[in-house]
Order: sequence, then C-alpha cells, then structure tokens
Amino acid sequence: MNPGHKLAAALAALLAAAASPAASLKISCGAVGQELEMCRSAAQDWARKTGHEVQVVATPNDGSERLALYQQVLSSRSDKIDVFQVDVVWPGMLAGHLLDLQPYAKGAQQQHFPGILASVQVGGQLVAMPWFTDAGLLYYRKDLLAKHGQKVPATWEELGASAKKIQEAERATGNDRMWGYVWQGRAYEGLTCNALEWIASHGGGTVVAADGKVDIGNPRAVKAIETAAGWVGTISPTAVLNYGEEDARGVFQAGNAVYMRNWPYAWSLSQAEGSAVRGKVGVAVLPSGSGAGGRHAATLGGQLLAVSKYSKHPEAAADLVMYMTSKAVQKERALKGSFNPTITELYQDADILKANPFIGELRDTFTHAVGRPATVTGAKYNQLSNQFWNAVHEVLSGKARAEASLAGLDASAKRLGRGGKWQ
Amino acid sequence: MQGTSTSVAGSASSGAAKAAALSLPEAARPARAGSALAAQRSRRAWLMLAPVGVVLLLVAGWPLARTIWFSFTDAQLGGLADAQFVGLENYLGEYGLLRDEQWWGSVANTLRFALLSVSIETVLGLGVALLLNHPSRGRTLLRAAVLVPWAIPTVVSAKMWSWMLHDQFGVVNHYLMALGLLSAPVAWTANPDLALFTVVLVDVWKTTPFMALLILAALQMVPADCYEAARVDGVPAFTVFRKVTLPLILPGVAVAMIFRLLDALRVFDLIYVMTSNSRTTKSMSVFVREQLIDFQQVGYGSAAATLVFFTIALLTLLYMGLLRPALQKVEA
Repeated sequence: MNPGHKLAAALAALLAAAASPAASLKISCGAVGQELEMCRSAAQDWARKTGHEVQVVATPNDGSERLALYQQVLSSRSDKIDVFQVDVVWPGMLAGHLLDLQPYAKGAQQQHFPGILASVQVGGQLVAMPWFTDAGLLYYRKDLLAKHGQKVPATWEELGASAKKIQEAERATGNDRMWGYVWQGRAYEGLTCNALEWIASHGGGTVVAADGKVDIGNPRAVKAIETAAGWVGTISPTAVLNYGEEDARGVFQAGNAVYMRNWPYAWSLSQAEGSAVRGKVGVAVLPSGSGAGGRHAATLGGQLLAVSKYSKHPEAAADLVMYMTSKAVQKERALKGSFNPTITELYQDADILKANPFIGELRDTFTHAVGRPATVTGAKYNQLSNQFWNAVHEVLSGKARAEASLAGLDASAKRLGRGGKWQ
Repeated sequence: MQGTSTSVAGSASSGAAKAAALSLPEAARPARAGSALAAQRSRRAWLMLAPVGVVLLLVAGWPLARTIWFSFTDAQLGGLADAQFVGLENYLGEYGLLRDEQWWGSVANTLRFALLSVSIETVLGLGVALLLNHPSRGRTLLRAAVLVPWAIPTVVSAKMWSWMLHDQFGVVNHYLMALGLLSAPVAWTANPDLALFTVVLVDVWKTTPFMALLILAALQMVPADCYEAARVDGVPAFTVFRKVTLPLILPGVAVAMIFRLLDALRVFDLIYVMTSNSRTTKSMSVFVREQLIDFQQVGYGSAAATLVFFTIALLTLLYMGLLRPALQKVEA
C-alpha cells in the first residue's frame, strides 16, 4: 500500500463510520477460569477499533444450563444478546435462530480445522465461526511411570495393565488412596464424550454415521463398553459413575490417580502453585483400541461464536465475530490463556510453541478428533446423547449387559431418528 | 419453563384447595334448608373466599390451562407459534407417554421417593415433636435450632451434601472409615443401589423439622386435662399416647402428610443437583424439565407436566377419601 492509498482507506473508514452510527452490542462468553477476562479484552479492542460499543454478558458455566438460557432468549426472538458463545454440539439445535455468516466470512472459514468446520456448517449455511477447540487427552504421572518402569500406554489393554500394576504397588507401600484411572462417568454429556472415545477407538463408529444411519449395536462397540465397565471398581473408584471433569481432576491433582482422561484445561491447573502433582504430569493421546479398526480417538469439543438472527446490528455483530475468531486474536488467546486455536497454521507458530509447547503436542490429537453426531441429528442431538449416556451408564454400573443395553439403544435411537430421517 | 412452573402452581393450588376444604368453616358447608340465617352465613363465607378464588384462577388456572393446551400440540421450544394440533398423540400415540418406559421409570422413582421420605419424615417428626413438647428451659431455643435444615435453600443443601458424601473428599466417608464402620469409601450418589436411598436421606434431614413443627402445633392443641385424668387413673404412658394423643393429633398429622406428599411428588431440585439426569433417580419433574428444556419438546413435556398434575390430584383425592372416615370418627 502506498501512502496515497492509505489515506484513501483511512478516509473511506472515516466516512463509513460516519455513515453507520455506532452500534451497542452484547456478547455472551463463558466464565470458566480466565475465559471472561480474555473475552472482554478482545471485545474491547474491537470496540476501540470500530467505534462501536460492546458489553460482555456472563452466562452460566454449566453447559446444559447455558443452552437452556440461550433457547429461552432465542425462542422469544429477543435482541438482548447479539453474539453467542455456543458449544460445538449446539449448532444443529440452534441453527434456525442463527445468522448465516457466509457473506461476512469471505472464505476465512477455510483456515480452520476441517473437523470443527463440519460442526458449524448446517444445511449449507455457516451458522457460527470456530473460536477455540478441545479434545480428550490422557494425563499421566511421569514420576510414577518412571518409578515402576512403565511406558506411556498405547492401547487400552496396556493402560488397564499399567494402571493396575502401579495402583497395587503404590497401595502396598501404604498409599491406599491411590487409583489407577479416573474419568467422567456421571450420566451427562461428559460420559457421551468418554464413551464415544472408547467406541471410536475400537473402530465401532460414532453411534450415528454421517448419513444418519444408526450404528451402535455392533460387536466392536460392545467390546469397547465392556472394557470400560471392567475398570469400574478395579482401577477406577466406583464413584467414577458420578464424576464430572472437576471430580476427576480433584482426585488426580491431589496425587491420588495414575492416569486421568480430561480436557486440555486441566493442564495449566495441574501445573499451578499448590498443585500436589506440579511438574510430574505428562500428556498423551488417548490409547487406541486393539484388533482390526483400532485407532487413537479423541472426542472433539470446543466453542464457537454465532450471531443471533434477531440482532438489530447484524453487520457489526458479524464483524465482531470475524475479529474475535481471527488469527491475531486466536494467537493472543493461545499465548495468554492456552486456549487451543482452531486455525491450522497457528500450530506451527514459533511464539505459541515457545510459550506453550503443550499446544504443539496437541496437533496430533486434533487431527484424530472425533466429532459427536450433532450436525446430522440436529435438534434431536440432546435426546440421542441422553439415550447414549444412559445406556452406557447402565452397563458401567452393572445394571445391564453391554450387548443387551446397546441393542436396546440401537432400537431406541432408530425410533428417535424415525429410520434415519433425523430432521 | 411454562410447564414446570405450571405443574408446581397447579399442584400448589390443589394443595391449597384441599387445605381449604379441610379447614372450611362450618358456615361454608351446605346449610340445612329452611334456615335463613345459615343461608346468609354461607353466602358471606363464599364472598369472603371469592378474592382468593380469583387470584388462584389467575396465577394457577391460566398457566395450567395453557400447559394442557400445549400437551395436545407438537410445539417445540424453538417456535411455539408453529405448533400443530395433534390431539392425544403425545399421550396415546406410537411415541406417546404411555408407551415411554422412561416416563414410567420416573413415575416409579417418584412414588418410591415420596412414600419412603414421607413415611420416614412422619415417624421422625412425631418423635422430635414429642420431645419438643416436653416443658424444658431450652425449648424455645431448641425449636429454632431444629428449623435450621429447613431454612437452608434446597439447592444449597443438595450441593453441600453432594460434597459431604463425595467418595474422595467427603467428610461422611472420612468419619465412617475413622470409626471403622466402612473399610473403603462408599460412592453414595454414584452407586445405583444407593443413589435413591441417599437422596431420600438428605430429604429426610431437610424436611423432618417441618413435619416436627406441624405435629408440634397439633400436640399443643391437646387439652391438658386429658393427660391429668390419665395420670390420676395410672394409665401407662404408651397407652395414653395411643388412646389419647394419637387420635387427637391425627387430623393435624394428616394435613402435614398431605402437604409433604404433594411436595415429594413434585421433587425436582434435590434430585437434579445430586444425581443430575441419571435414570436411577429421575423424578417426574426432572423428566418434564428434560423434555421441555433439554429436548425442546414443549408438546411432549407439557403432556408429561399435565400427567404429573393429574397424578398428584388423584393421589390427594384418594388420600382424602381414605382419611375422611378416620377424621370423622375423631370428630364424633
């Protein structure tokens, strides 16, 4: 750009600003850890650049509570909130209320991971922009593995054997609160994420295939769930059946577990001051299933930003979303808050790799990430997920056999999807 | 939300109505023919009750009617305006409630919870009330102290107990193990055989004071001369309790039990906080919320809410029917 052009551009911007009066927008962000602060500062930067106003609205931390609130706001066609932070599995449910961002994105969406991009395209529309991503990880105690001569497990069988060995050896030396493996077994969305990892890694599919066909009663899925049921009460406490993310982290961070399945957020917390396992934690890809079709799989999680159809300032709101999900802001968030970018390029960014080597290691995990069947099942995803986690929970708690429970789930999911026609 | 609030408002109103029917002034009952004064009194009684009736219609009747209307449609939370009338599809259709084993599971859970908690609370409440009824110096203080669990909001106490019962950090397991009663920590809320029992226990802790207070009020009404006469005749204490105290406080206890039963059948917060959406403890109200909010099925959820309302109304009527002869015997 030569100086003349610059001047013209500045003039054009001024004119545009004069022509469109400043809008006052409201954006809802999550408030877990430093989320709210990071969201506010980025939104304020945009406001300073554009001359608009932005207010940040705090919403409940609990996912299902937040979804319920959004549904109430959106179904009453309220313009109270312009930009929503939505979970990666919600677009199918909320698509009818969200603005198509295609005209505003101008192809920018192509920079993001294909896995997460699939979740924001509903019925040929771009209903949200990816903001940051998450995937299930295996956390392990480096010190304990070294002490007992174990290597990081590559398959679920190895994990089971290694966890059992270390747990028994530790208990024999008086550490009787030690458990081998903690994860999320409470009857909620987190169990769906865990169980999907077990099944997909055994090559048993993802409950509903991309074409809407239900496929869950297969022998590989049965084997996967049986394997997990074998952990309860042996290498995992029975109470794991009521554990969420924070319960599992509590046990692991107090030094009472060898392995843990959790999201990336637990990393920085386990390295914080006052953590009993500070400097002793390693992170790896979750184990793969054995036999044919076995592979590493991690459930894809993450957050998106979407614009409400009922917003009074759609252009400004879409511009805010584009800014918040841009490369510069994602980089800043990765450096300051270790939020994992959704833009592929950033995983080779030298600054990020230097500040958070952990993020570079995750790249593999995200390429293996398995999406939950949320787009294909649309508005019925929640019901499907609920049936799925309940069926799995019954097997884990010993109330049903895996084969019978999954066969029942197969039938009820087909009934729910009215024979593959989900929408 | 409409449906949940309706089922609450609906059953609350039926509760209020029942309570009103129980304590209806003599004058409001149908007067004997030929008595002008009685007719006038009856008119006045109805006039007095009219404002309350109107308010009830507005705050409970309208939402209830709206919920019942929604239950005949296929409304979705996303677009209430596009609801189509589907008749009894939500109740009797191929995918209707009456063929939904999830629904029947939640009905069974609710009945189990209600029967267990109300009976335990009644027995314990009676015990506590008898103790509090003994004249002692600290009686006023004790009465206030007993009410503390009842004063804590349910959501708070549910969360509090969840942490106390936690298998790793919970204080309950810690002390039970220290006392040697347990060899390993018990997962109170996760174990499917214990979860409902645990929820009942927390409810008992919370609601026994309420029962105790209502029963205590009934005990205070028993005339002292009955006891004096019994003491002079040298009747054993237990016989006094069975022949004098119990029949006299029975109406009060019955009313307290109806109120608790209505509350227990609508139980939501305690179960939702402690065990989330697990099938082993899901109550009818949790089921309704799940359908309305999580699944956005306003039509189906409203049908469930309507059934909750009628189930509660039916049980109340049955209870009243069974109780009425007993109450009349007492009055006679």
